[in-house]
Amino acid sequence: MKITREELEHVAHLARLNLNEEELTRMTGQLDNILAYVAKLDELDTTGIAPTTHAFSLVNAFREDQVSPSLSQTEALVNGPKQNGEYFVVPRII
Amino acid sequence: MEFETVIGLEIHAQLKTKTKIFCGCATTFGEAPNTQTCPVCLGMPGVLPVLNSQVVEFSIKMGLATDSRINRVNQFARKNYFYPDLPKGYQTSQFDLPIVEQGQIEIEVDGKTKTIGITRMHMEEDAGKLIHDEREPLSYVDLNRTGTPLLEIVSEPDLRSPEEAYAYLRKIHAILRYLDICDGNMQEGSFRCDANISLRPMGQEELGTRTELKNMNSFRNVQNALEYEVRRQRDILLDGGTITQATLLWDPDRNRTESMRSKEEAHDYRYFPCPDLVPIEIDDEWIERVRTTLPELPDQRKARFTSDYELPEYDAGLLTASRELADYFETTVQAGAQAKKTSNWIMSELLRELKGEEISSCPVKPEQLGALLIMVDQGTINGKIAKTVFQEMMQSGKDPEVVVKEKNLVQVSDEGEILVMVREIIADNPGQVEEFKGGKTKLMGFFVGQLMQKSKGKANPKMANDLFSKELEA
Repeated sequence: MKITREELEHVAHLARLNLNEEELTRMTGQLDNILAYVAKLDELDTTGIAPTTHAFSLVNAFREDQVSPSLSQTEALVNGPKQNGEYFVVPRII
Repeated sequence: MEFETVIGLEIHAQLKTKTKIFCGCATTFGEAPNTQTCPVCLGMPGVLPVLNSQVVEFSIKMGLATDSRINRVNQFARKNYFYPDLPKGYQTSQFDLPIVEQGQIEIEVDGKTKTIGITRMHMEEDAGKLIHDEREPLSYVDLNRTGTPLLEIVSEPDLRSPEEAYAYLRKIHAILRYLDICDGNMQEGSFRCDANISLRPMGQEELGTRTELKNMNSFRNVQNALEYEVRRQRDILLDGGTITQATLLWDPDRNRTESMRSKEEAHDYRYFPCPDLVPIEIDDEWIERVRTTLPELPDQRKARFTSDYELPEYDAGLLTASRELADYFETTVQAGAQAKKTSNWIMSELLRELKGEEISSCPVKPEQLGALLIMVDQGTINGKIAKTVFQEMMQSGKDPEVVVKEKNLVQVSDEGEILVMVREIIADNPGQVEEFKGGKTKLMGFFVGQLMQKSKGKANPKMANDLFSKELEA
């Protein structure tokens, strides 16, 4: 087993996913298969090879510190499920 | 039992760039809510963040100014968590490869110098701002600040008292201001500080359980909060209790810390390298080019103030603690005022009249203070009158010459004019004259005082002294 049901529940909670019993069982099985498949890579000997974090060898992609236009307030807020014309409105957390 | 306090500070400094870290939105403070956003900083799917080169430049600068190692290869990582002020669901930060590591600065507490280590500094983006509704269980989200570049500066747990923490914080602040890479405004949140603090029995190697302090938005608050927390932890330990690891908020109105509702789970940020941002490679040439742009730093300026202006260590330390104050001093001296006299005036009159306001908002410009001090030096006005003139200048911002003229405060240095008053005073006070002649020379102060009253403070005091001596001994 690559992943336990408890680990899956934990990961689901971190992702704010509400999975029911049936889904939890199914997902545990599926994720376990995926992890087992990827684990095949562990068979390679990577001694002395620096970890790769990007697919390209590109480095230093920068932009100059110059202001470009922002969205208007209306445009910025348009996708908010709840907004009051100035702010996004969300349930209070603290 | 004796305890040793162990403190480490995490400072978040907003970098003074024109635009955000990964997009071209402006970073101006105080604009209407949600007017400085774009698809990149709003966290829309499919956008590509591109790093602002100025952020790298500023970070290298801070690294060099603190004797740190600049990591030739560094990269961004995603710190994953959900919070309403974080539209992407992750903060783009640095994790295992920060831009700066292993630095140090020197602080001075009670005349003793101590080296404080800096563990690391990393580039990251700021989150948005939440305003909580006072009645309803709602919060309002302003994403203007989202994506503002931050440099997080993490100290080693080298600080052994709230005073040392305060001195360290001041020093980091001063360096950032000297480099002009952060405006350092704690009230507006462009310079923020969290502290980790624990106590351990004296001599014990192992660290005690720590608490994390947040919400300290002034230098004073940092020291007060830490002093409170030292007392609180010591009381618990002396009672045989144990410290619970927790995040505490400082409440400056009630002068106490309060426990923040604990997060549901322990930090589980699942950092991983950000695939959208390519690694940063910094070569020697880049570092050396930045090194040539480094200005004089607080320690160097302090040394120069003691050698060039022959100021005492204390004066030099106080004046150079703030770049603006040091600039003010130097401009005043360049205007022709004497260095030590300028230093005395700034440390006493000026700082008192400023009442804690920033020097940049001072109505009296350094050139004007210089002109005032020259007037004292040349005998146009005496020192006492100068204080009155200065207060008027602080009110109106007028030039000293104008104030002196308007209020008719020019020092009377006409010997004939003063002599007339001296003789009148001698004639009016026969008793005191007798006593003086009988050996009670301390009465000279009384005579000069009378003269000052008569001349409304304008008589040249040296001349007054001389004339009284001459007249009374005659």
